[in-house]
Formats: sequence, C-alpha cells, structure tokens
Amino acid sequence: MTTVPLNVQDVSSRHDVLQRLRPTAAWALAPAAAVLLAFWLLPLAHLIVLGGQGREGSDSGYWQVLSSAQYLGSLVQTCLLAALVTLAALLVGGISGVFLARQQFFGRSALVALLTFPLAFPGVVVGFLVILLAGRQGLFASLGLGLAGERWIFAYSLTGLFIGYLYFSIPRVILTVMAACESLDRSLEEAAHSLGAGHWRVVCDVIVPGLAPALVSCGAICFATSMGAFGTAFTLGTRLNVTPVAIYNVFTNYANFTVAAALSVILGAVTWAVLLLARRVAKQSGTVL
Amino acid sequence: MKRTTLFIAQLVFTLLVCAFMLVPVLMSLLAGLTRNYFVGVSSGLTFDWLIQVWQSYSPTVWLSLRLAVACAVCVCVIGVPAAYALVRMNNRFSRAFEELMVLPVAMPGLASALALLLTYGQFGEFRSSWLFILVGHVLFTLPFLVRPVMAVMQRQQLPTLEEAAASLGAGPIKRFFSVVVPNCRAGILAGVLMVVTLSLGEFNLTWMLHTPMTKTLPVGLADSYASARLEVASAYTLIFLLMIVPLLIALQAISARLSRGERR
Repeated sequence: MTTVPLNVQDVSSRHDVLQRLRPTAAWALAPAAAVLLAFWLLPLAHLIVLGGQGREGSDSGYWQVLSSAQYLGSLVQTCLLAALVTLAALLVGGISGVFLARQQFFGRSALVALLTFPLAFPGVVVGFLVILLAGRQGLFASLGLGLAGERWIFAYSLTGLFIGYLYFSIPRVILTVMAACESLDRSLEEAAHSLGAGHWRVVCDVIVPGLAPALVSCGAICFATSMGAFGTAFTLGTRLNVTPVAIYNVFTNYANFTVAAALSVILGAVTWAVLLLARRVAKQSGTVL
Repeated sequence: MKRTTLFIAQLVFTLLVCAFMLVPVLMSLLAGLTRNYFVGVSSGLTFDWLIQVWQSYSPTVWLSLRLAVACAVCVCVIGVPAAYALVRMNNRFSRAFEELMVLPVAMPGLASALALLLTYGQFGEFRSSWLFILVGHVLFTLPFLVRPVMAVMQRQQLPTLEEAAASLGAGPIKRFFSVVVPNCRAGILAGVLMVVTLSLGEFNLTWMLHTPMTKTLPVGLADSYASARLEVASAYTLIFLLMIVPLLIALQAISARLSRGERR
C-alpha cells in the first residue's frame, strides 16, 4: 500500500512537466497547420462548393451525378469491385499471414521480405505487371495458346483490375495480420485444442475473432486504396467504367469541372465513411498505412 | 515441430501467393533485357533497351529524384515539429489534427489533385513549375513521417530529458534541436526513407498536377506503357525498380531495428 502515494506523486510531477512544456509545443504545430490549411482544407472546401454549382443554368454537379445512370453505375461498380478485392485480399493474406507468423522454417524471413516489397509499387507499375501476366503478349496468353489453342487475355477488363488491386492489397494484409498475430494469446488456442476443438473450430472461434479488429481496419484501408487506385485503371485502359477513370475523363475530355468535382467529393465521402465505420467497429488501430 | 499436411498445404499456398507477387516482376526484368520479347529469350539478351530508355527518359529520373529529396526535406521541416507538438499536447485538438493530417492519404489521390488544380491552377508560374507537384507530394507523404517519429517520441524518456535540459537553462529551440531531434533519429530516418520511396512512385496526384515540362518517373512510365514497345516499357520499369528496391531493403532493416528497440 505504501507505493500508491508515491505513484500518484510521480504521475502529478510528470503532468507538471508536460504542462510546462506545452505552450512551446503548440507553436511547433504551426508550419504543418499552415500547409494543411492552405493546400488541403481550402482546396477541399473549394471542391465541395464547386460540386454544388451548375454550369450555364443546369443542375448542380451533385444532382447531375446522382441522376445519371452512367455515373451511379460506375460508383456502384467501383464499390463492388473494391469490396470484392478487400474480401479476397483478407482471405488470401489472412491465411498466409497467420502461417508466416506462427511457423518457423528455413527461408521464412526472405519470404516475408519478398511478399512485402510490392507494397510500395505505384499503381501504374502494378497495371503493367498485370499486362505482363494477362495481356496480349502475357504469360496467360502463351499458356492458353499452348493448352487450349487460344490466347487468354483478361488484363484490359474488370478481371485485370481485380488482379491488380489484389496485387497491392495482399502485402498490406499479410503485414497487418502478422503484427496482430504476435499479440494474440496462444494459450487460448491450446485451451481450445485440449477441449477437443478441431482445426476449423479453432480458426473460426479463436483466431478469426482475435484478429477481427486488425482485419476490419486493414480491410477498410484496402477498400479505400482500391476505391482511389487511378494508376492501375489508367494503365489497363481508360475505357474501364470505374469512378477514378470517370473523373479523369470528365475533367480532361469534357472539361466539365462541376461534375468532376462532384464525383470526386462523392468518391471521397464514400471512402471516408467506410474508414470511419471501420474505426467504430474496431476500436484499436495499429494498421499499416 | 511436426510437419503436418496442414503445414504443407499452407506452405504451398503461401509460395503460390509469393509466385503471384514475383513472377510478373521477374517477367518485367527479363523483358527489359531481351532483344525481342515476342520471339523470346532465344533472341538474345541486351542492354540496348536500357540505354535507349536512359537517352529519352533520363530527365524524368532526375526530376523525380529532385522531387523526392525536396519532399523529404520539406516533410522533415514541417513534420518533426508537428510530431513533437502532437505528442506533447495529446488532447482532443491534437487528435483531431492528426486525423486531418491523415485525410489526404485516405482520400483518393485524384480528388486531392483535382482540388489543388481547381484552386491554384490559375497561378500560371506556380502551376507550371515542379513546386506544384511538390505540394501534392508533401501533403500525401506527411503522415508517413509524422507517424514513426511520434511512435519513437512516445516511448522515450523525452519529458525527463527535456526537463533536465530546461533546468540547466536551455531554451525551447535549443532543447528541440539538441535533445528532441537527436533522440528520435531512428524514427526520422525510417520516415524519410518511406517518404522518398512514396514520392518516387507517386502517380495518382502527379498525373493531374504534371505539365509536359514537369514529367516525373511514374508519369514517364505511364507514357511508355501507353505508347512504347513492351521491351522499352520493361526496361524503364527495371530502372525504376533499381531505384526503389534498395530503399525498401533499407526501410525493412530500419523498421526491424526499431521494433527490436520497442521490445527491449
């Protein structure tokens, strides 16, 4: 019991130190605040206002987007694609991540290093890699030619886009799952095993619930990245009907700034809402950006 | 440890995932060095494509390097003090600010670029200089420096050290440069490497912000993918990978060291 007052004193003196250091600390935030205000908040506010304006007496940009089957279709398609990619990446990355975190074998760290490199590849490069896999002169084209007598080409479609998004989502999931596995209590699994639960039961009832917060927040980031991944879609062809490409086409080909602004705002809002929702569901953070 | 069928199955699965990650990269390396990819490797290996790429695209490489270095400097100058302030304040305002800072990463890059372009695009001088791209890169990479620096600052005995320096008569600025900055060198280094890597590969923002006079490496890559032959595009990708992979290796080494320090 004698340690309690000592602790209180310790905490309060630490609090004092922080209090004394605080006024100068706020000044250190000024440069970052200025940059964010001038080049992020101001342009964003401008974009939001611009999306509400109409051109030459027409409806506001938001209404034009929401009443057009084409734009709405591309939004829905983008969301569905991003959700599908997220689920697939969580499944594939989850299996590999748990495996790599739990097992020790020769070459494990090299494997981890190789699997995490693609995290920093830009979208354009990923698009090109998809073309090399499934394009006109790609691996699957020659494989198909040898096996079935016809070239298998699916790089320039939504399938190609799916492969590309999966490519840069998997490393992120693997990294997050590996980090989350380290904080998982192994004795729970052993207890479940000793109570007679099979592998499946342990995975469903112990490992997945334990990893759930990490999976949710990482999935949200995968979803957000897939929603905005312009580079990959741009490399695979500007005919793909996904929202980033639609924004680009509206802006450059038709110079329709209001609709481009409205589409950007809606895309950003959906992405942000998903991230916020994920944060609510999984209170703990600690994901790889 | 017993190696069950489950272990084998998982290993095969992981190796397949690894193949999915690596095979296209290896194909790209090979294609960049093959004389005629359509014929195959039997046509011989050559450095001609690399030389050709260097002759036509080397300005993009230099611009990207300059941008990356300038971006790292800017992000350090505004990011390290910001990280310090956020760790020190640790109240509702600082958490809201952190949220705001991460927003440009969470938002689709195209939307941020469009916002910048529509707001500042009318200033011709600024619009056509490489500084316009720099602004976008700084916005996008800022949290990637602030996060690791904050993580390092949070676990060190910084308040005590600072208090000691203050009691010996060091002012706030002197304390910041002689106590705070040297104590989070590792975090700053990890952040800078991440910022340089991201800036070298940034495309979503850059594509909207660039002009024909300010083409960065990823913009050049997109150009070559759209118009050049496969060998040239592959050789160009090879040059990009040669620039980025050493950075990634250094980054992995540093983050391994940082997490070891965390466990100590």
